[in-house]
Amino acid sequence: MKHTLRQVFHSGKFVTGFSIFMALLLIVIVYPLIIKGDPLAIISEGTFLPPGIYVSTFDAINSPTTYILHLDDAAAKRIANKLSNDDRLAIKDWLVKDGIPENEIDITDTAKLLELWGKNFDSALQLPGMTFAKAQYYRRLDASLKGLLSTEGVTIAVQNPQTGALEQTGTVKQSDYVNLNNVANVRVLPLGTENFGRDVLTELVKAAGVSLQLGLVAGLIATLIGLTLGLLGGYVGGWVDDIIMFITNLFTVIPGIVLLILISFSIGQEKRGVVTIAVVIGFTAWVWTARAVRSQVISLRNRDHVNLSKLSGHSIVHIIVADILPYIASYVVMAFILQISSAILAEAGLSILGLGPRTTDMPTLGLMMNWALIYQAQILGKWWAYFPVIVAIALITFSMNLMNTGLDQIFNPALRD
Amino acid sequence: MKGYRRYFLNKLAWFLVTFVFAFLLNFILPRLMPGDPVAAIVARIAQGMNNTTGVQAIYQQYADLFGTNKPMLEQFFIYIKNVFHGDFGFSFSQYPRTVADTLKSAIWWTVALQFPAIIVGWIIGNTLGALAAYLKGGFDKVLMPVSIFISNFPQFGMAVILMVIFGVGLKWFPTSGGYGFDLIPNFSWKFIWSVIIHYQLPFWSIVLIAIGGQAIGMRSMSIYELNADYVKYSRFLGIKDWKIIGYVFRNAMLPQVTGLALSIGTMVGGALFAEIIFSYPGLGTTLLHAALGQDYPLISASALIITVMVLIANFTIEILYGFIDPRIRAAQSD
Repeated sequence: MKHTLRQVFHSGKFVTGFSIFMALLLIVIVYPLIIKGDPLAIISEGTFLPPGIYVSTFDAINSPTTYILHLDDAAAKRIANKLSNDDRLAIKDWLVKDGIPENEIDITDTAKLLELWGKNFDSALQLPGMTFAKAQYYRRLDASLKGLLSTEGVTIAVQNPQTGALEQTGTVKQSDYVNLNNVANVRVLPLGTENFGRDVLTELVKAAGVSLQLGLVAGLIATLIGLTLGLLGGYVGGWVDDIIMFITNLFTVIPGIVLLILISFSIGQEKRGVVTIAVVIGFTAWVWTARAVRSQVISLRNRDHVNLSKLSGHSIVHIIVADILPYIASYVVMAFILQISSAILAEAGLSILGLGPRTTDMPTLGLMMNWALIYQAQILGKWWAYFPVIVAIALITFSMNLMNTGLDQIFNPALRD
Repeated sequence: MKGYRRYFLNKLAWFLVTFVFAFLLNFILPRLMPGDPVAAIVARIAQGMNNTTGVQAIYQQYADLFGTNKPMLEQFFIYIKNVFHGDFGFSFSQYPRTVADTLKSAIWWTVALQFPAIIVGWIIGNTLGALAAYLKGGFDKVLMPVSIFISNFPQFGMAVILMVIFGVGLKWFPTSGGYGFDLIPNFSWKFIWSVIIHYQLPFWSIVLIAIGGQAIGMRSMSIYELNADYVKYSRFLGIKDWKIIGYVFRNAMLPQVTGLALSIGTMVGGALFAEIIFSYPGLGTTLLHAALGQDYPLISASALIITVMVLIANFTIEILYGFIDPRIRAAQSD
């Protein structure tokens, strides 16, 4: 046993897969301890807030201490942030028409662009072929750029409750800064929010946890059924084997997803919880385990030590537990690992169809994917709503299959490199 | 050829038996579940109706339609009779349309998309796997992890990523549908071109997934065969390398053909999700709409048709396998 374990942990593939899996598991366990709160709390108004650090504007303005920094590029950055790509292209257009050589204009260099613009733009100038609307657009653009370039601050005023008049309470100058530590409310949303306005990362961690549990339950059920049937068929043989093989072959060709869809649909919406789905997946996924176990048992059945055990008068249960199980344990473990990952995939598939767990108090990876797809995150370019989910699923299945391949190479020496 | 006929009959019998069982399951599963499906349907339709006689009438109509008020055995025979007439009843979600009408076109879209994709993926995957086993070294080191990663990628994930890159980002291909939404199916160049363009993304997303899994299997098989005694013996006899590779490839191929027969159900199941993501007008999308619309007859009929398609594919592969592998014929004629 100790030797086998040492061997297993010497396999590069297994160790890689194992490390990824353990890292995922660690995140799933540790993250909720650090960031507390309901993972399904709706925190934003509006949907699909992009990832980033959200600073309370109110708190930032009312921050007790403000600092004054004089940074040379502050104004340029401010304008660069405001100036859209279309505006830049329009400026370039105007400048080219005005007679500036095209290669001298670099629309990515805001400072240069504005300098050229400031030097050359003349609102009175009529360029040939320009419509009135376009000319007006340039005038507006010029005015707004001048507004941005002004060095005056902003006045903060509070409405007097009695008179309704605005009373100045302070000003914010362009050179005023606050330290992020002094702002009371800062929320980091590394993956933004999704269609309901929930924090994607927190929800994803919770969903990964639920999906792993679901996979574990489904995998356990599938492995137990597969193991029992495989042992029975392989060891007992005869008509028992015939019947078991018949059923196994039947379920190998009938697509599992079709069975899943039929069963999930038949269960009905109200009764489809996470556990129910896990059980259903488990009951449709045992086929491969049964096949693998059966073929192993058949090759073991007539080994000398098994025959010896039979001659010694041991019971079937004893023979199976003591003389057969240890030899097929590695296969069972491998099959179990695969079952978990395929159960997670099956849940995701069912959920995308809208036949997954019907629950409002816990997310699963499949449900998150389903929501993102229903709200068309992929078309709208809201990558943070679906891409992390796909990556999470892929990492889970990838790590498990890698472990599996590693184990396979250890127990099947022919496959070793 | 006598051996082959026996093999063929054997497989045919097995095909028919599986078919009957798939049929039975399709009939029994929804009826085994607790609750009255008709009552559930009526409850949904009659929402907001406070006229009890009206609700009763609707219930009666649907119970007659599905024959749920008759004994189980009689229901079964009615079901068989209807299915063999191609009559799956009315679709709930698209009411005046019948289920058969909804599925008629979807079947061909699915067949035309999935089977070429799976076969192309299978061929490319096997070639890559054999190459990896033969060349070893860098090629193998790169191909294997990539294959493992890709084959573990969920099919819908692959579809979404291809769609975002090539459909939304680069705008090379359309993101949804089987043909332009402004076209009516006909035999003009414009329509065919539109179909071809819409075909690409779902097709390649299925192919890529298939490649990964097949390459891994073929690599293991080839390595196993390359270490076999006959290879060493052939080398010893001085047979040319490429000829040995031919032998190895043939032998490694056979389990891969069986593997394809066994996994075709899973592959088709996965490929349905590529259809869903791209709203391809095939069975996958039909299933999605049926599930969203709580359309029981449509789900049941789609499930049956997908199963039958998989069974036929499986049967075809096994029949071909009998041709390819001479041992099958030999074993049967003993």
